[in-house]
Parts: sequence; structure tokens; C-alpha cells
Amino acid sequence: MPAVSKGDGMRGLAVFISDIRNCKSKEAEIKRINKELANIRSKFKGDKALDGYSKKKYVCKLLFIFLLGHDIDFGHMEAVNLLSSNKYTEKQIGYLFISVLVNSNSELIRLINNAIKNDLSSRNPTFMCLALHCIANVGSREMAEAFAGEIPRILVAGDTMDSVKQSAALCLLRLYKASPDLVLMGEWTSRVVHLLNDQHMGVVTAAISLITCLSSKNPDEFKTCVSLAVSRLSRIVSSASTDLQDYTYYFVPAPWLSCKLLRLLQCYPPPEDGAVKGRLVECLETILNKAQEPPKSKKVQHSNAKNAILFEAISLIIHYDSEPNLLVRACNQLGQFLQHRETNLRYLALESMCTLASSEFSHEAVKTHIETVINALKTERDVSVRQRAADLLYAMCDRSNAKQIVAEMLSYLETADYSIREEMVLKVAILAEKYAVDYSWYVDTILNLIRIAGDYVSEEVWYRVIQIVINRDDVQGYAAKTVFEALQAPACHENMVKVGGYILGEFGNLIAGDPRSSPLVQFNLLHSKFHLCSVPTRALLLSAYIKFINLFPETKATIQEVLRSDSQIRNSDVELQQRAVEYLKLSSIASTDVLATVLEEMPPFPERESSILAKLKKKKGPGAVSVELEDGKERGELNGGGDRGGDAAIAASNASTPSPSADLLGLRSAAPVSGATPSAGSLLVDVFSEAGPAATSAGVNDDGFLRFVCKNNGVLFENQLLQIGIKSEYRQNLGRMYLFYGNKTSVQFVSFNTTVSYEIKSRILNVQTKTVEPLVEGGAQVQQVINIECLTDFIDAPLLNIKFRYGGALQNISLKLPVTINKFFQPTEMAAADFFQRWKQLSQPQQEAQKIFKASHGMDTEVLKAKLLGLGTALLENVDPNPENYVCAGVIQTKAQQVGCLLRLEPNAQAQMYRLTLRSSKDTVSQRVCDLLAEQF
Amino acid sequence: MMHFLLLFSRQGKLRLQKWFTPVPEREKKKIVRDMTTMVLGRKPRSCNFLHWKDLKIVYKKYASLYFCCGLDAEENELLALEVLHRYVELLDKYFGNVCELDIIFNFEKAYFILDEFLLGGEVQETSKQVLSRSIEASDMLQETMEEYMSKPAF
Repeated sequence: MPAVSKGDGMRGLAVFISDIRNCKSKEAEIKRINKELANIRSKFKGDKALDGYSKKKYVCKLLFIFLLGHDIDFGHMEAVNLLSSNKYTEKQIGYLFISVLVNSNSELIRLINNAIKNDLSSRNPTFMCLALHCIANVGSREMAEAFAGEIPRILVAGDTMDSVKQSAALCLLRLYKASPDLVLMGEWTSRVVHLLNDQHMGVVTAAISLITCLSSKNPDEFKTCVSLAVSRLSRIVSSASTDLQDYTYYFVPAPWLSCKLLRLLQCYPPPEDGAVKGRLVECLETILNKAQEPPKSKKVQHSNAKNAILFEAISLIIHYDSEPNLLVRACNQLGQFLQHRETNLRYLALESMCTLASSEFSHEAVKTHIETVINALKTERDVSVRQRAADLLYAMCDRSNAKQIVAEMLSYLETADYSIREEMVLKVAILAEKYAVDYSWYVDTILNLIRIAGDYVSEEVWYRVIQIVINRDDVQGYAAKTVFEALQAPACHENMVKVGGYILGEFGNLIAGDPRSSPLVQFNLLHSKFHLCSVPTRALLLSAYIKFINLFPETKATIQEVLRSDSQIRNSDVELQQRAVEYLKLSSIASTDVLATVLEEMPPFPERESSILAKLKKKKGPGAVSVELEDGKERGELNGGGDRGGDAAIAASNASTPSPSADLLGLRSAAPVSGATPSAGSLLVDVFSEAGPAATSAGVNDDGFLRFVCKNNGVLFENQLLQIGIKSEYRQNLGRMYLFYGNKTSVQFVSFNTTVSYEIKSRILNVQTKTVEPLVEGGAQVQQVINIECLTDFIDAPLLNIKFRYGGALQNISLKLPVTINKFFQPTEMAAADFFQRWKQLSQPQQEAQKIFKASHGMDTEVLKAKLLGLGTALLENVDPNPENYVCAGVIQTKAQQVGCLLRLEPNAQAQMYRLTLRSSKDTVSQRVCDLLAEQF
Repeated sequence: MMHFLLLFSRQGKLRLQKWFTPVPEREKKKIVRDMTTMVLGRKPRSCNFLHWKDLKIVYKKYASLYFCCGLDAEENELLALEVLHRYVELLDKYFGNVCELDIIFNFEKAYFILDEFLLGGEVQETSKQVLSRSIEASDMLQETMEEYMSKPAF
């Protein structure tokens, strides 16, 4: 039990909390809680009305239970009742419960809002504050709707108490953040801005948060706040430490308000008014000067508050980025902090310098601290500080210090904390690429990276090195030599084997002159790693081997021997087995010329943004990457000139089936049998650009389309990845189609997008679709509704185009939507006489369409009838004199006109032939229906 | 703005949780778990700041209790440390030598005091005098239990 229990102690609550604390196990705790819940429930349900105190106590117990992490599903009503109590203490507990356990129950919200409304209009400042706190804590849209109009009034009213103003300002801020559309400042703007002049420091402190947020969203409307903020800041900065009484915090005048003022100014460019600007620069200089003064107190609170203002001032100086003098002073100040004994200050100095490094005025000044920062990276005990040091090194890197920084980062990697290794690897890779002057250094760096931190080298990194080596012929020989040497190590990382396999497969010939790296030595070296590698790497090595056969005919026998061995040609992995079989066959039957053509050196890759940079951006979030590879000249140098880029697209487009590193050799187009199973592995070429060219196009599918002439539901399309089901219904000239896209795999489809295209200019069909969610989880099905209006008769069906990414590869499927003219048939029943009369009326030659064709299916009567009904027409019995024949009638409904249509189908069972005759008032309709129907029997 | 404030013990027991933005319950539990493991796993004399997702985490230990808050990226870390300190001072002034038990048994008071100090994740009032006065004033409004009990239960 606590020694102090102020105000009204709730004994029952204290006992309960004691009990919970004494529980020896989780089970005991749950048991005790359930007992309490049962007790409270019975009290709430009991016949005897509870007094306010008990109600408050039980609500408080429920709150405690909820805060322990248990679900609470009752008591809300009792809490709401407490809101309307006159007893402050009951009201307070009621509000607390509501704030913590807000329930979207609309009935309850109405009651709560009512209680709040009463308290807001009570003119009792304590009650008003409670109500405002509750609104700020809940901040729901319903509350914004109810109170967003009222609160600005309270905020600026002359007779509002200061404490209420403070709550009102922050309450309004909360509502503005949650529902900006509902908080309209308009007429209040200038009065709110003038709160910056309020006598009461607390009011200014609260109001400025609101003003800062509003200014950042509508800078123009609030720009008068700049001069007010500067003069307020100036008064604080120049005040003696005792002037502001209780707003002085450990001898620092108004640190919170100062920081908020400096933060507000960061919403704007430097003041245009010379006097205001002069005053502000003076403030900033005073703040920088004060940092050099001896501290007025040894307490850490004093130095924290003082430095908080200093850092905020430096942020403003960096934001303005226009005063070289201040920027350099800021940089020097941060330089001092880099060696401060307080870890917090070292951390913040490193962080703040990162932004300073990107300013042209201070970049050089930041660079002078390189040794200190490198030292921090090596010696800081705290990993989060080391992380900041690594960030700063990355930010301050340029051509002059790149080698030093990359070397330091590499050596740090060997001992780096696991949590930051991957990011470090990406940074090293980016810097090495960006500042590479000679490419041997670049290749060395990346291979070192793989050697030191192979596990953290993502695919993007090793793809990138290969891309660059392929594009730069002056580094290919060096790369081959270096990777050959690196592979000599008894244990080398699998990523090294991948790079080695690829580079030797392409450029092994450049080092084959040296007997120490003769073709056979190269092959044996690679093959010695083979058995330790995963399937994708093995697949890559097999491709390297076939490339060897082309480069070095003398290795052919050895390699064929390897390919022929059971472990390859009968490998249980289908991809490996297939490669072994195909390569073996290719090497034995193809002539040298064919082989040389098929296995030609990879063409240069097209220039793209570094995928590594994209990955780092993704990892750090937008805006977090301070170094951009934006310098076109530098990128050009690295990728070997844009003029050579085009050919690679050809290699890329050959890749029709994604499988682990399948397109390594650009071999797909020549491979006699194509591995038809798409797997989740990603193509080398595909990874580099978002709009990967490796799209599989199924072509336009007609079969599915024709199957739906006489039916409305079924499976429209199906392949290994996707199934599309269809349900449709038509009424008069309107139709609605439901498409069901089913993901048959266990991997999600991303960027899933469908479009229905139709020639709009022809004004034939009006097609409306709703877009589908871009993500289809593995095994999931999404639905799309398509609304169709038939304006006039038509032949061409709308096209449905489906695009999505599956395991990195773009899939592209085009289908004809089964919308045919007969869908808009209204069946028409008529007697024989009517039929023949109309038949005769439609006797002009162009009104008739006729086809005689062979039966492709059985001539079963019931099936025929079902199909004719499915066509949408009425099947007329006892009309045709020959009972073997079928006649039908219907009216096609389009927006423009109605087209009556008569049909006669004469089967000849002996000849297995049909004669189909259509007559309608419109020639195109007769022809189209005849064409469609002729395909159905 | 501040997104959340958590008080937890060295054993990872949550003593107070204040959320200034709407967070689903499940997500709250995850954040609490992340914060406790991250902060409790820090070595002594490490710096008081961390990056977590897109938030800045500022924490400080007072006796057996950790005070930990999550801030927007543009917030000032040093000032946030002093926000924590001022809150501790307010608790201390109210309870007199505040200890973890005070916060456990009088959790509702800890929330009330916090509401006077921070609102919507922003500092509402910084003066200790003003704050203490308004907290005491609201205590004056409360009645003793005896007063309550003597009233008829209607």
C-alpha cells in the first residue's frame, strides 16, 4: 500500500491492486480478475442503484483491468453516466475511462458528446478543461464534427481563462490533425496568430504548437506570425535568467517556448524585412554565443535545455542555408560536441552534421571533422551512436575522400553490429559506385564487401557489379583476374561464387593466357565450389560451363562429362536437370557458329538508376538518403555510356519464363525446350528496373470467348498462376459482369491491374469498371464488377487486359470479354402464323444470313435446345413443319434501337451437318448472330 | 508531437501508457513489446536516443522505472528528455518522493497529472507552479470518502 493517498482514496481499488500484485502466476491473476469482473457485472446489473462513489470505484477497477491488458466489454454506460455527475472526481474518472477505452458505439458517442457539450458551456474552467482534454484524447471524427466549430470561439474569446485557452489550442490542433477538413480557421486566423503576443507564457506555449501546424499547411495565411515570433524569441533570448520566473527552467529562460518559436520559423524562408531578419540573426548569434559561456548550473537539465535551444537554432540556420557565417559557426559548434563527454551530445552532433553536410556552404567545414567521425565509428560503445557516425560518413563522402571513407566503412563492417550490417553494405556499394574513378577499385571494393559481409550482400549488390563489369570493357580483364583470385580461398561466400561464375563465364578468356588460370584451371576452380552451393547458384554455374564450351573448345569434353553425370542429368531439381540436358545437347549438336551465336557475350545493360540506391531508400524511408546518384556525368562514366545500352533490352525480352537466374546467357531464345515452370526466383535482368520487360503475354484468347456465347457463368481463363471466373447477368440493353480473379499460387501478386479497353469513339458499348486492389494474396480471390450498356449493335468484344507481377516478373494477359450481341436478346414467344408472317416480311437478301456447317459436337437434342435457349432467344415449339428443325425468336435491345430476330436451325443427322438461317431487320445483326452461333454446334 | 509515452519497470511491466494518436490495441501491444525489449536491452551509459521506424525514441531511467516516449522525426530529443524530467518532477511534487508503487496504486492520478502537462502530444504548460496549483485545485474539489459514504445511496 502506498504511503500517500491523496484526495479521495478508493480503498476497494487499492485492495484489488494489492491482490493482483500478490498473484503468483498469470493464471492466478486471470482468476482474480474474472472474479472481480463478475462482481462488478453483478453490481452494475443489480436492482439497487449504485451511488456515485461505487460507480466511480468500479469504473476505475475496470480501467485498471483494461490497462493490464485484458479486454473490457462492459461498463461504458456507467462511465458515461459519471460524465454528467456534478462531482468533479466522478466526472474525472468517467472522462479518463472514455479517453482510454473509446468505443465507436454511435449511441454512446452521442451521449458522450452531449456531456462534453454541457461541460463546455458550463463556464466552469475545471469542467471545461476536462471536456477539452477528453476531446483531445479521443480526437475522433464524430467529436470533430460536433466541436470543431465551437473550440476556436473558446480559444479566442476575451473572457476565457488561460488554462482553458491552453487546452482549447491543443485540442483544436488534435482535431485539425485528425480531420483537417472540419477545422476551418478562416475568420479566426489573425486572432489565433496574435496569441503569440499573449501575456501568459503558458498560453503562448500551447498556442504556438497549433500555429506551427497550421502554418506548415497554409504558410501564406499565417505568415504574419514570422515577425511576431521573431520579436517574442528576441525578448526571451535577451532576458536574464530570472526574468521569466517559473518559465525559467534550470536557469534557462523558457526553453520549450524558444524551441517552438525556432521550429515555427522553420516553416518559412528567411524573413524578407531587413529589420526582422537582422533581429533574428542577432538572436541566433546570441544563442551560439551562449553555448560558449560557462554553464550556470552543473545539472544535466540545465545543459540539456540550453543545448536543445542551440540545436533548434542550428536546425533553423541549416534550413535557411543562406548565411555562410552562421553555417560555419554552427558546424564548429557541432564539431565541439563531437568530442563532448556526453554521449547524447555526440549522438545529436553527428545527426545534425548529416544535414549540414548537404549544404554547399558547410560541406567543406564538415569534412574537416572526418578523423573524429571515423574515430567515433571505431570507438563509440553505443551502437546507435556508431550508426549515426556511419550515416555522417556517408553524407560527407565526396570524390576527395571516398577511398578513405569506403576503406574505413569496410573495415568497420568486419566488427559491425549485425543490426546495421545490411545498411552499411548498401552504403559502401553506393559510394564505391558513385565515386569510382578507376574501376579496378570499384571491383576490389565490391568483392571485399562480399568477402567480409557476404551474408548481408543483397542480390541487388552483386547484380550491380556484374552490370557494371559487363558495361565497361576496360575493367573486364581485371575483374576476371580478381574474382579468380578471390575464388582461391578455401571457403568463399556463395555470392562470390555467383559473381565468379558469371564473370569467368563471360570474360574467363581474358585471363586464360596465363597457365595459372588456364581454361581447365578456371573450370576446376568453379566446379570445386559447385557441390556446396544452392540450386540457383548451381544453375548459374551450369550456364557458365556452357559458356566455357564456347570460349574454350578444349574444355568441351570435360564439361560434357560433368553434364552427363547422373548428378546433373538426373538431378531431382527440374531446373538443374533441364539445364544439364539442354546444354549437353546444345554442345553436342550445334555447330561452332551456332554455339558462338547462341552463347555470345552479353550485351551491355541499359542505363538505370542503381537498384541499390532504390533499396536503401526503401529501407530508410523517403527523404532519408542524403546522397543521391544524380550526377549524370558520373553515372554515365560508370555504366559505360548510354549509346551502348539498347541491345540489352533484346536479351531481356527473350526472357519469357522467370526461373532462378534463367536468363543469364540470353539463351532463352535459342533453347530448344523452354522451361515452362515459372518459379519465384527473379531474373537477373528484371531486377534492375521496375517496369521489367520480361512480360509474358498470352495473346488474345478466343476460345474462352466463344464458350460464353450461350452461357453466362464459368471459368473464362486459367493458367498456372491465375484463374478468372465469370458470372454475368443481362437485362434489356444493360449487363453486369462479375469477374473473379483467383491467385492459384502461394505467392502474392503485386501491382495487379486490370483494364477494359473498347473503342470509345465508336459509341457502341458503354463499359464501366471498378478498379481492383493492387495486391492479390496467395490463394486469394478478388472480384471486379463491370457494367455494360449496349448502345447499338456490335461485333468486336471489349478487351480485358490484366497485368501483375509474380515473383518479380511482369505477367500480361489479354482476353476478349465474352460480351456478344446475343446477350441483349429478349425472348419473344409467338405462334406459327406470326412467325411465318414475320419471316416473310424479312425477305430482303441482306436481311438474311445463312451458314451450312459440319457438326463439331454430338447432335443431342437436349444439348441443342439448351444452347439455343442460352443464346437468349425463345425456342418456339410446333412452328416448323419439320419436327427435327428448331426455330427461335427474340428482340435484341440496344439503346439506339430494337432489332427483331428470327432463327431457324436445320440439323441433318445423317450428314452430320447443320444449316443455320438468321433473319433480322438489320443485316449486321443477322450476320453476327449467325457467325457466333455457327461456332456453337 | 509526441506519439506515445510509456512507463515500464526493469522487468518490463507496463506501469502507464499514454497514446496521443489512435493506435489499434494489437499494434499498441506490439509497440510496447518493441520498446521494452529495445530499451531494456541497452547498455548502461548508452545515449538516450534511438531511431525506431520513422520515430525518434527518447527514454530515461528514474530509479526502477523507465520513461520512454516516441516522437516525430523533427522533434528535439534533448527537450523531450526534459519533458520526461518535468513529468517526474510533477509526480514527485504531488506524491512526495514518488516511487513506482505510487504510480501503480494511484495510476489515475498519474494520468490526470499527465493531462495537465501534455495534451495531444504537445506541451500544454511548462510552469511547475502553475501545474501544481491546478492539480491541487482539482484535488480540493474532491470530497473525502466519509463525505461520500454519509450520503444516502439513492
